Amino acid sequence: MTTAPTDTTLLAVRDLRTWFHTFSGTVKAVNGVSFDIGKGEVMGLVGESGGGKSVVGFSILGLIDSPGRIMGGQILLDGEDLAQASEDRLRQIRGREISMVFQDPMTSLNPLHTVGQQMDEVLRLHTDLDAADRRTACIEMLESVGISRAADRLGAYPHQFSGGMRQRVVIAIAMLARPRLIIADEPTTALDVTIQSQILKLMRRQIADKGASMILITHDLAVVSEMADHITVLYCGKVVERGRTRDLIETPAHPYTRGLIDSIPDPANRHARLKQIPGTVPDIRNLPKGCNFRDRCPRAQALCAEEEPELRPQNAAQWAACHYPLMPGDSA
Amino acid sequence: MLGYLLKRLFQMLLVLWVVSLVVFLMMSFTGDPVFMIVPIDATDSEIEQARRILGLDKSLPVQYWIFISSLLQGDFGQSYVFRQPAMALILERMPATIEMVVVAMVLAVVVAIPLGVYAGANPNGRLSRMIMAGSLLGISLPGFWVGMVLIYLFAVHWGIFPSSGRGDTAEVFGLRISLATWDGWHHIALPAITLSLGTMAILLRMTRAGMMEVARQDYMKFARAKGATRHDVLYKHGLKNALIPVVTIFGLQLGDLIAFATITETIFSWPGMGKLLIDSIYRADRPVIVVYLMLVALIFVVINFLVDIIYTLIDPRITLK
Repeated sequence: MTTAPTDTTLLAVRDLRTWFHTFSGTVKAVNGVSFDIGKGEVMGLVGESGGGKSVVGFSILGLIDSPGRIMGGQILLDGEDLAQASEDRLRQIRGREISMVFQDPMTSLNPLHTVGQQMDEVLRLHTDLDAADRRTACIEMLESVGISRAADRLGAYPHQFSGGMRQRVVIAIAMLARPRLIIADEPTTALDVTIQSQILKLMRRQIADKGASMILITHDLAVVSEMADHITVLYCGKVVERGRTRDLIETPAHPYTRGLIDSIPDPANRHARLKQIPGTVPDIRNLPKGCNFRDRCPRAQALCAEEEPELRPQNAAQWAACHYPLMPGDSA
Repeated sequence: MLGYLLKRLFQMLLVLWVVSLVVFLMMSFTGDPVFMIVPIDATDSEIEQARRILGLDKSLPVQYWIFISSLLQGDFGQSYVFRQPAMALILERMPATIEMVVVAMVLAVVVAIPLGVYAGANPNGRLSRMIMAGSLLGISLPGFWVGMVLIYLFAVHWGIFPSSGRGDTAEVFGLRISLATWDGWHHIALPAITLSLGTMAILLRMTRAGMMEVARQDYMKFARAKGATRHDVLYKHGLKNALIPVVTIFGLQLGDLIAFATITETIFSWPGMGKLLIDSIYRADRPVIVVYLMLVALIFVVINFLVDIIYTLIDPRITLK
């Protein structure tokens, strides 16, 4: 698991633990998560709501607010540990090295500032360009995310844009300082289905053009299977499976991954009842002994209640944390 | 826009008319001004004569008609006591009140906004709790008591500030202004502080509440994710979004202080128009009271209008209709 980061690794997260100390107990939202992202790679971070996906994203940017805290682990960006970095250093990195696209474009843009002001802010913070050059850069960026008459639109306010257009603006802001890593937190969840694929295509093209890497946080395996080079599946703040996208989708080793895949609607078989994972995510403040997934798992046995499974290699490029992993050809 | 202005103008006239009616009616129930004017030993015929001269012998509707029709010709009536135009009396006193209120409001905003932003951004901090406790005092302590304590401490005990009066004034655009002289500033300090405390506390609490609400919004986190400084996130992204209720309260408080700074003016013998109102009520000087209250209504209407315009400057989604 803790292989050394190589030269092609952009971001290496090691044993990240982000906990929230609340009145009703400690929420270990992220509890020992590790993964690597190579330069130019797209990693899908997948799991149900409350699985800790967004907290991973915010931890990387150092945007965890009280009562949350990064309790341990490393976040290595080109070898520099962001978990130990000062607030000033993190501010240089935010928007410049790592930027973020949020879920809901209706709320992630400031309603009282023009689109131009919100774009300009990034360039003012992270570049030495003068006002005219910044304006040119903003117009070019807006055009490249598919907004026509970009020069006129700089003076418009977010409420004058549709949801899809706003998400394009958000993406434009995120890409503006040419960051090396984009963290996209459910970037299409709040959008119409028809807009979703446009936005995904746009993000893929932007990343490819600029040679950036991306963490795509989503609960939607269908989205991630189109976009990602490899996938990390989170459950109750822990990695339960990771591997190359194709391997993971075709031959998932963890029953939870299998359940997520099975709950994607199959267009060829529209009348079949949609499969779902029985039960709900356990209370994360009070996790049971053993495997966190065992109450919902069709393969659970006595050992699962006793001992928490470690993340183990299933084959050369696929890891799963399961005592009884699925083998290729097994049915769930 | 023109339609909007006309609509607001019409509303304003309607408000002023209703106020004139209400005030006029109320005045007619509150004692007979004739007895305040004639000498104690006046004969019945002298009293009758005074009544006729003042026009108080006529029926109420006729009195109101005379009042309204002369008002429309620009005549706001004469003070019974001073035998001078009521409006001129009030306007003469107005600069003193306005300058005290302006100093008080500026002081309130300059203190309340930064403290409110701080307390809203760090709701659990020790300093925030101290700020909030202080603001609770500011709201609950009555102005007359604060004024007297300030006089005792700063005027009587330490002798830093004078306890009463307006001090030297200088003519600016034909108005007598204290703020143009050092002595004037010296005199205005205590009454302005007294007047500002309540408003300061309310604005502080509004700002804090707004900031706490805004802090939860995604655009605040997005601004941080862009790499903006804490100061920029709070003031450029946060405060502007928290400002609408603060501006609303600011407008109401401004009108309130201009109209009813009476108590503070009385404590500090500040020769403003609030003190004129109190004196006129004691002397049953009806014309002054009526004109004063109509002027107050006008001030409120105008302030509200300005506040509405400020809304549109803050939030582009708000339009004047």
